[in-house]
Amino acid sequence: MTGGAIVIWIAVIALAIHAFRARPGSHSGRHANYLILGGGAIVPTIVLTALLIYGLAPIPALLAPAPEGSLKIAVSGEQWWWRVRYETSDADAVVLANEIHLPVGEPVEFRLESPDVIHSFWIPALGGKVDMIPGRVNRLSLTPTKIGVFRGACAEYCGTSHALMSFYVRVEEKAAFDRWLMRQRATALPPSTPLAKRGQASFLANGCGACHAIRGTPADGVVGPDLTHVGSRLSIGAGILPNKPKAFVHWIARTDQAKPGVLMPAFGMLPKADIEALAVYLEGLR
Amino acid sequence: MSETAEKDQSLWLLTASPTFWAAHFLLCYITAAIWCAKVVGLGGSLASARVAIAVYTVLALAGIGIVGRVGYRRHSHGNATLPHDDDTPEDRHRFLGFATLLLSALSAVAVIYAGLVIFFFRSCY
Repeated sequence: MTGGAIVIWIAVIALAIHAFRARPGSHSGRHANYLILGGGAIVPTIVLTALLIYGLAPIPALLAPAPEGSLKIAVSGEQWWWRVRYETSDADAVVLANEIHLPVGEPVEFRLESPDVIHSFWIPALGGKVDMIPGRVNRLSLTPTKIGVFRGACAEYCGTSHALMSFYVRVEEKAAFDRWLMRQRATALPPSTPLAKRGQASFLANGCGACHAIRGTPADGVVGPDLTHVGSRLSIGAGILPNKPKAFVHWIARTDQAKPGVLMPAFGMLPKADIEALAVYLEGLR
Repeated sequence: MSETAEKDQSLWLLTASPTFWAAHFLLCYITAAIWCAKVVGLGGSLASARVAIAVYTVLALAGIGIVGRVGYRRHSHGNATLPHDDDTPEDRHRFLGFATLLLSALSAVAVIYAGLVIFFFRSCY
């Protein structure tokens, strides 16, 4: 890719130099024809053919099922966030949102779906994008080879806040991944400080649990993201805000400003102290 | 009656190559979709569908080749000079012939691009 970009850059610069040095006046008709035919038809056809072959070649491997026993992750694109479900061998799958962890060097199979409109699952650094189509389950298999944090995004316009529908992928060593998965499987930590306790009481009293689940508490909603370990994530609001109490306050009080068109109503009407307590509670759900 | 008589000339030939392209595109998709959904199922082999698509591709390219050749012959006929925009039959023939030839080239490239897929995909995933 870099090589191709350099060739294009050199060609454009060479043309610019040529244009500066060319003498004014009429040019040979034959040369002009060659330029139009070559630059307008033949070269683009060759370049597009090469890019098409380059793009088609890796697709079959991405669509084929991962080897037996591979990690399977169901991801559902929803307006405008990602529901992530690790289909572990245990009866209880691990559910979270807007974040995916993967063990380095191990094949993984994503099963991609959507309950509302067409979304597209895309982690540019790891693999091609695959549409998430209501009523279908599409598959994407890949093997991450580098440790790091990669950003993913929705690559198909899906409504007002399409551009605010991102997620993070953390690729880590197998041991770190196993520890993370074990922590994600556990129920939520009970709040330890008075402020966090007030936040939990507020969460339950104000009906947040109708849409959000926090395992280990009475909150068991399935409409919105599972918040059991929301404090452990790299971001909140599907990749748009940092995981900080201040960002939680902004999200809870002015949800529709943070993400226009979002289903969750803003809770700015709650007392400021309650919102701050909620933020501390949620941020503490590591 | 000569091939380029005023009366014979129409725009239909211009549309022939893009029609081959459209038909090829539809047939490829419909064949693969029905084959995967109704015949072999998810994960099944695309073998027969690939052969069918190869046949469609050869037929479409042959059709486009014939149309392109006719277009070239019409373009080569007569002495009308560029840019072929006078209101004479010869100018029209040359212009329509050349446009037919160019559309045929474009359609051929599009058909090849659609057909290329069979070299990469061997199963219904």
